[in-house]
Amino acid sequence: MSGQWKVTVDRDRCIGSGLCAGTAPEYFALVDKKSTPLRDLIDPDEAASDAADCCPVEAILVTDATTGATIAPA
Amino acid sequence: MSTGSEVMAARTYPFSDPDRLNLNPLYEQLRRSEPLTRVRLPYGEEAWLATRYDDVRMVLGDARFSRAASVGRDEPRTHPHQGESGMLAMDPPEHTRLRKLIAKAFTARRVETLRPRTQEIANQLLDDMARHGSPADLVEHFATPLPVAVICELLGVPFSDRDKFQLWSEAIISTTSLTPQQIMEYLGNLHGYIAGLIAQRRVQETDDLLGAMVKARDEDEDRLTEAELVQLSAGLLAAGHETTVTQIPNFVYVLLTNPDQLAELRADPSLIPAAVDELMRYVPLGTAAAFARYATEDIMLGDVLIRAGEPVLGALASANRDDKVFDNPDELDFRRESNPHLGFGHGPHHCVGAQLARMELQVALHSLITRFPNLELAVAEQALPWKKGMLVRGLKELPVRW
Repeated sequence: MSGQWKVTVDRDRCIGSGLCAGTAPEYFALVDKKSTPLRDLIDPDEAASDAADCCPVEAILVTDATTGATIAPA
Repeated sequence: MSTGSEVMAARTYPFSDPDRLNLNPLYEQLRRSEPLTRVRLPYGEEAWLATRYDDVRMVLGDARFSRAASVGRDEPRTHPHQGESGMLAMDPPEHTRLRKLIAKAFTARRVETLRPRTQEIANQLLDDMARHGSPADLVEHFATPLPVAVICELLGVPFSDRDKFQLWSEAIISTTSLTPQQIMEYLGNLHGYIAGLIAQRRVQETDDLLGAMVKARDEDEDRLTEAELVQLSAGLLAAGHETTVTQIPNFVYVLLTNPDQLAELRADPSLIPAAVDELMRYVPLGTAAAFARYATEDIMLGDVLIRAGEPVLGALASANRDDKVFDNPDELDFRRESNPHLGFGHGPHHCVGAQLARMELQVALHSLITRFPNLELAVAEQALPWKKGMLVRGLKELPVRW
């Protein structure tokens, strides 16, 4: 787990549940009631992948920044 | 800035007994002139009550407001017993550990795969209701068995046992309808019943959600304890149907007493998904704000300083009527451009079953209005019996004719 992770949010799919911003506030915030990643590239952290796993509409995608492989949602 | 909690006299809360689905007008006054007010509930310590949308959303969604900090406190509440602990008494990352075990089973994508089966069950129930003949009680014939059948199939709980666990499930949403002794007894029964289903899965694996949770625990015991497994499963079974069972009659009641909106929906059933969300906004399901969040540090909420350690209740129903967010908030309008209501809560504890509930409510309304185009109340509106002593507002019976 040396490479960085890339975090994206599909704002069309986001329903603004606030789950990600509430569980991983260091990575997500609500802007105009929809989730937005605070940084596109992050060091690997389960809090970010957990947020993607918990999103009710799977609007968050966490990938390996180098390979593009999906980390979460599982 | 506010004068602080020391000098403001606390109001008695809830402000009144629930009156059908009407929201006490005091909420609107408070949103205008006193958005954070001190309240004293029948039990527990004094609390702040937030009534504006932005404040309520912050209390529910900001990690500096904690549910875990409620453990060991004399929580503000409407009932003598302190609530069940479990996920609603946890914060991330502990809460996330359990949430992610079940979240996948409730995503919008997974829920869509349950829609055809839900439709089939709805059709069957409405066939049975038609055979029974008009008038019929919609609660008994349709609103109760539909969500119960769906959650049973999802979890892997035998539908034929429903008379037992439906009775015990009331313990989860009762305030005073049951005695504290009954609540303890029913919860014990529910947990014992679930433990039996778990034991079966250790003999023979199943591909339902209960089976998946058992497998998750048995493969890695750090993921959840045995007690958490039982409590989580019981919570899903109870919460998974008590709420939708209540909302179907509430929604039908609102439609039957708002004939213009009902006609609009019948003329254009493509409005149903928007209608379900609008009804989630419009119907004040809870009888009172509950599950206070405790400030973990001093936090400014609007103009008011909340001190570390103080509990704050967020009034969802009031937030959903905030005219800063919703135009004509007291009107039922299926054509709102956006509807960021808080009917399913917000933040880490946003209802895990929200997408399932949406789907069930869409299927329920669509099936009913297409199958019975002349559906109407079979008794005068004033004669409808409303439940008492519960966390939620709902009808005991909804007699309809067609």
